Amino acid sequence: MLAPMHLAQLNIAHLRAPIDSAELAEFVALLEPINDIADEAPGFVWRLKESESDPTATVIHDYGDHLLVNFSVWESLETLWNYAYRSAHLGVLRRRREWFLRMAEPYMVMWWVPEGVIPTLAEGMARLERLRAEGPSPEAFTFKDSYDSSEAVSLPAAAAARK
Amino acid sequence: MSSDDLGALALLHDPVRRSLYDVVASRGGDVGRGEAAEAAGVSRTLAGHHLDKLVEAGLLESGFRRQDKKGPGSGRPAKVYRRARAERSVSLPPRDYAALASVLADVVDALGAEEQAERAARTAGARLAGRRPGEPVERVLGERGYEPYNEGGRLRLRNCPFHALAEEQPLLVCSMNLALCQGLLEALGDDPGRAVLDPRPGECCVSLKQTDVDIEGG
Repeated sequence: MLAPMHLAQLNIAHLRAPIDSAELAEFVALLEPINDIADEAPGFVWRLKESESDPTATVIHDYGDHLLVNFSVWESLETLWNYAYRSAHLGVLRRRREWFLRMAEPYMVMWWVPEGVIPTLAEGMARLERLRAEGPSPEAFTFKDSYDSSEAVSLPAAAAARK
Repeated sequence: MSSDDLGALALLHDPVRRSLYDVVASRGGDVGRGEAAEAAGVSRTLAGHHLDKLVEAGLLESGFRRQDKKGPGSGRPAKVYRRARAERSVSLPPRDYAALASVLADVVDALGAEEQAERAARTAGARLAGRRPGEPVERVLGERGYEPYNEGGRLRLRNCPFHALAEEQPLLVCSMNLALCQGLLEALGDDPGRAVLDPRPGECCVSLKQTDVDIEGG
């Protein structure tokens, strides 16, 4: 039997204003309740957190001050989709224009990882770059053009994407 | 149109199968053989025969549920049925509006024209309500395929009529659907604010709050 695979997802957003500004205050206030929904959601495995004690702390990284990063691992496409679009998270997403700049390029990428593997943020950013440069593939895909985990493991190129 | 779809849908020509299918679909979850038989007014054996035919054709799915009843037969899991998730459609002559709708949704996304799309959807909702002011919204939504049902005084919508598109472009399609429901309510002379985003797995993203009689009266 094939080893079970989990789904990694990375999405980024360009903040309209600094995270500690008044413009972003409502968004920051929503972080805890929405992250709680994620943590409790069926199929949730892991998410990158800046702090275990401060739920409003956003991930600090080297990719630009105004870039917000959401990085998580799920059991399946369906469980992630249900969290993103069939929970109170949908209402927050609808308000994205209030807080984030519109992005012309893809801002969300998914790929399969063996169960138990937690990918690095650098790998996620590379996958997003790959999606932007080459379009969807089993190594870097979107909900609209998704691949199931069997397609990912049968392709030797999965390792090559890790560069 | 595939011949599979036509074959599967042709099974529903039989009135017993049709009513069994309707019973299972309207429950929105697992339905036992006995329950389906009773609701359709046929024997358990006949119901089982037809339900299994519907499973064979892919219109229903079956599974097993452990029984918690005591007595003879207890402990043996009961066969249950639920509506299959796959869509079936037949169009003569062949039509493919979904493919075009998907392209147009991509265009809206590329242009960042969500707000215009929501306004257009609100207008479309008003048009769907047509010249039917005063008609209950449940009936109009029911005719549009939303499968409304009551839950704790709130009108929930079991089916998303735009499912395939909503899976592709959930933000756009769910926002448009909300706007459409609001436009529809308004044109019916109802309160558009009743329609709110209330997503839940497996259902439409919108639900309708109870009409607040006190506010209307005051």
